[in-house]
Amino acid sequence: MKAVSVEEAVAMIPAGASIMVGGFMGVGTPERLLDEVARQHKAGLTLISNDAATPGKGVGKLFDQALVSKLIATHIGLNPKAQQQMLANQIAVDLVPQGTFVERIRAGGCGLGGVLTPTGVGTLVAEGKRQIEVDGRAYLLETALRAQFALVHAFLADYLGNLAYALTSRNFNPIMAMAADTVIVTAEHIVPVGVIAPDHVVTPAPLVDYLITNG
Amino acid sequence: MDPQIIIARRVAKELRSGNLVNLGIGIPTLVANYVPSDLKVFFQSENGLIGTGPIPEQGMAHPTLTDAGGRPISALPGASTFDSAMSFGLIRGGHVDVTVLGGLQVDAHGHLANWMIPGKMVPGMGGAMDLVSGAKRVIVAMQHAAKGKSKIVAKCSLPLTSARPVDLVVTDMAVIGFPGGKAALLETAPGISVGEVVALTEAELAIPDNVPEMRL
Repeated sequence: MKAVSVEEAVAMIPAGASIMVGGFMGVGTPERLLDEVARQHKAGLTLISNDAATPGKGVGKLFDQALVSKLIATHIGLNPKAQQQMLANQIAVDLVPQGTFVERIRAGGCGLGGVLTPTGVGTLVAEGKRQIEVDGRAYLLETALRAQFALVHAFLADYLGNLAYALTSRNFNPIMAMAADTVIVTAEHIVPVGVIAPDHVVTPAPLVDYLITNG
Repeated sequence: MDPQIIIARRVAKELRSGNLVNLGIGIPTLVANYVPSDLKVFFQSENGLIGTGPIPEQGMAHPTLTDAGGRPISALPGASTFDSAMSFGLIRGGHVDVTVLGGLQVDAHGHLANWMIPGKMVPGMGGAMDLVSGAKRVIVAMQHAAKGKSKIVAKCSLPLTSARPVDLVVTDMAVIGFPGGKAALLETAPGISVGEVVALTEAELAIPDNVPEMRL
């Protein structure tokens, strides 16, 4: 793990990159990283995120500046800007059931080619997908999902990069921290090694590439 | 009584002590207000919490304790938090005893459509498809009709949420079940006659000899 400034970290992300961003309706989202992505105007992004948050909050900031060209998400109904950009065909949107979304990312981070899920069988979600029967029950083959960068927000990070999360701001963060080539983290508090007890580390330090310094 | 409150009170009667319950947005959210205090029900919020409590008092909200809409909530003693893979493992894995969801249409065989209106409303399915596929029992809580048009239809014209039929539909007029895969009128709302329900139901309804009134 390397400690860097938010400007240095975002400078590593090229325009057109694929990014996974943790958070659920802007809760548990690395806001400082998104502010900087917007400031450096990284356009043409492929965004993998549970939702589109709301304008001005979380990943909503990326839609405020029309920086997203492709979106993979589960629900965008609370961001009118994302909806408008989708209906105007400015963004290609792939809507995925939430349980499938997280399992595809988990698979991507765990060396699996995909998962078999009963969710979506017999619906529009099944279109173009392989259906496989196991012990008489139908499943869809949902393929793994990875990104070039994961932008993760933790509650605590220690000097080595071990991470712990708070309450409902955990959500997709530890799963995404497994599924990208480069993992960039912001934390509410950066603390000495040992403050996070081994049993309470959720994301082990070797998964973290860059920790954004506070202050 | 307000139609939404009739629905929420009747659905609350379906919950049992020890149940793990997931409530959708809209009318389903109201169900928590009518669960008797001696009933020990665990409510899950799919953003990663079991043991959701009421909206916190002014000044007591915390930005990392929220519901699935991102609004502040509280956690009850004994609550637990977890990541989204665990949350949907609970849902899809059959660990959620009851889910209560809103609906746009339910058809004569219990198929639910509740996530999109092509060309009009395409917000995404969020967790709805996983909940209907995986919860042990699926209850739909919705108004019987919208703008005078029945929401209990012969066949859903809107895209389905799941191929799996729901177990129970509770409306402001009736309780409908699907014994043998076909819609049957189980109860009527206070002051509503069987004839009125049938007149405002597009799907064919089996009518037993005795249709009791909802107990609220």
